[in-house]
Amino acid sequence: MIASLPRSMWLRTATAAYVVAFLVFLFLPLAIVAVFAFNDAPYPAPPWRGFTFDWFTGNAASGRVGLFHDAALLGSIWTSVVVACWVTALSVAVGTANAFLMERYRFFGKGALSVLMLAPLVIPGVILGISILSLSSRIADLLLALFDVDLDFLRPGLPLVVLGQFSYIATISTLMISARLQRFDRTLEEAALNLGASQAAVLRTITFPYLRPALIGSAAISFLMSFENFNTTLMLVGADPPLTVMMYGRMREGATPVLNAVSLFLMLASALFALTLMRGGSRGGATRRPSP
Amino acid sequence: MASAPAQRLWQRRLVLTLLLAPALLWLFALIVLPHIDLALLSFRARSAPRHYQPSLNQYATFFAEPLYWHIFVRTALLSAAATALTLVIAFPIAWVITKVAQGRASALLFVVCLIPFWVSETVRALGWLILLRESGVLPALLVRLGITAVPVELLYHDATILTGLVYTSLLFMVVPLVSSLESLDNSLIEAAYDLGANGLAILRDIVIPHAAPGITAGCIVVFMLTLGNYLTPNLLGGKNSQWFTELIYTQFIVRFNWEQGAAFGFLLLALSTSMVALGLRLSGQRFVDVMRRS
Repeated sequence: MIASLPRSMWLRTATAAYVVAFLVFLFLPLAIVAVFAFNDAPYPAPPWRGFTFDWFTGNAASGRVGLFHDAALLGSIWTSVVVACWVTALSVAVGTANAFLMERYRFFGKGALSVLMLAPLVIPGVILGISILSLSSRIADLLLALFDVDLDFLRPGLPLVVLGQFSYIATISTLMISARLQRFDRTLEEAALNLGASQAAVLRTITFPYLRPALIGSAAISFLMSFENFNTTLMLVGADPPLTVMMYGRMREGATPVLNAVSLFLMLASALFALTLMRGGSRGGATRRPSP
Repeated sequence: MASAPAQRLWQRRLVLTLLLAPALLWLFALIVLPHIDLALLSFRARSAPRHYQPSLNQYATFFAEPLYWHIFVRTALLSAAATALTLVIAFPIAWVITKVAQGRASALLFVVCLIPFWVSETVRALGWLILLRESGVLPALLVRLGITAVPVELLYHDATILTGLVYTSLLFMVVPLVSSLESLDNSLIEAAYDLGANGLAILRDIVIPHAAPGITAGCIVVFMLTLGNYLTPNLLGGKNSQWFTELIYTQFIVRFNWEQGAAFGFLLLALSTSMVALGLRLSGQRFVDVMRRS
């Protein structure tokens, strides 16, 4: 029942209990991960054996390789950052072009194109991955057979990971930027043009400043979604795995709490990220979109 | 010499072309052509080294081999169950956020519900592993409380996979539900209440019809994400997970039988697409509107 209607004591208690249970369900796995980053034991499991920073600062000499000395793990974080920067740049650029295309122009096949643009959101990520893998391999094989050139970037590796992630993140940035451009008051541009401003000046001084929150918001979301992507990346990854794939591999082997340490680092980073976005006031930044 | 309007038209055409180029390049090079290629791959068989001929072999294998289609059906059913469970668990929270909590409390609860989903799915799966495995936190707690004599293995059950999938999906249900319930006018509920309707009648006749677009959007997205999930079933279900995406991975990456993997991929895509279409048909909505809403 809604707040303005009388609710029985029983209903109030049940509602409160449900909310508490829900929040425990949401936060328990994260809290557990954080706590066991500091457990003085070789595996992230109970019982609690005392507090330690070993899983952050330990090095080979101390017998425990902590996060700050785990070259492979740090390397994979860097790989993820590089991939995410490429994906973000591509997605925001293409998303902006798409937003202007769909909001400002009429052309043949526009309806079909707008449906096609949304399609990546309903294609499972694994399939995006294998389809791009199969096409790029076919092209690479063809080039090898015809011209005897072997193009490395068409084989599994980071360039394909970037393309694979970009293929659906571009949809998300397009939606975010279009939503803001749609609410833009065109008379502002007309006024500037009437007053003698050039098209370029109007874009630079009026339209882009207006779009700025959406550009920043979509860049942040693109970065985050790229950083966290797993399904598509797994199919396209080559010799140097990004963080999520690296963590997955180690989790299957039964890893040390160094994974908890890197997870804690990720949690703090994304919390900071979320807070900055919400402070920035872009409402779209507060919600996330599904990653296939 | 071209007149000014003609020149403007020409300029506009040029800009349109420049704007169309990235969109077409993106959609054709990364979505349309790869899927055509995947389809071709799935419909061919190798007759001799480097020689291929059209064939339905891969699809025949799928139907002939019970293991394959059992896993396919199992994945579909468990995904449907996970979607239903997610809806049932998320709905009361969306209701509290929009209708019970007021002002700041409501906004705060909404933000708090979103926070865990900013963290990578890998991290969340790690949390469940530490909680549920035989040497983990919950089995130890059960022993301490005297409920079980020895630590029990809580991983590798279907219920574990479902828990993990529901957990991962909650956000994608809560957000569309909140946005559709937000627009429901409270006075409608008050009027129904004053006229003597009970809670169930209000839910059935007012709330659910109004929230139908949000429910559809949430269910479509959650079902699709669950069906295509690899990480959660694989880590929480182990060898028992038998998830269809694992078959695709095995054929593509482990066995290098791309033709078979492509066929599996297409079957999964067909299932996912037909469920999306069914959801839209049942609720009478347009794809474009639903995707913008979710």
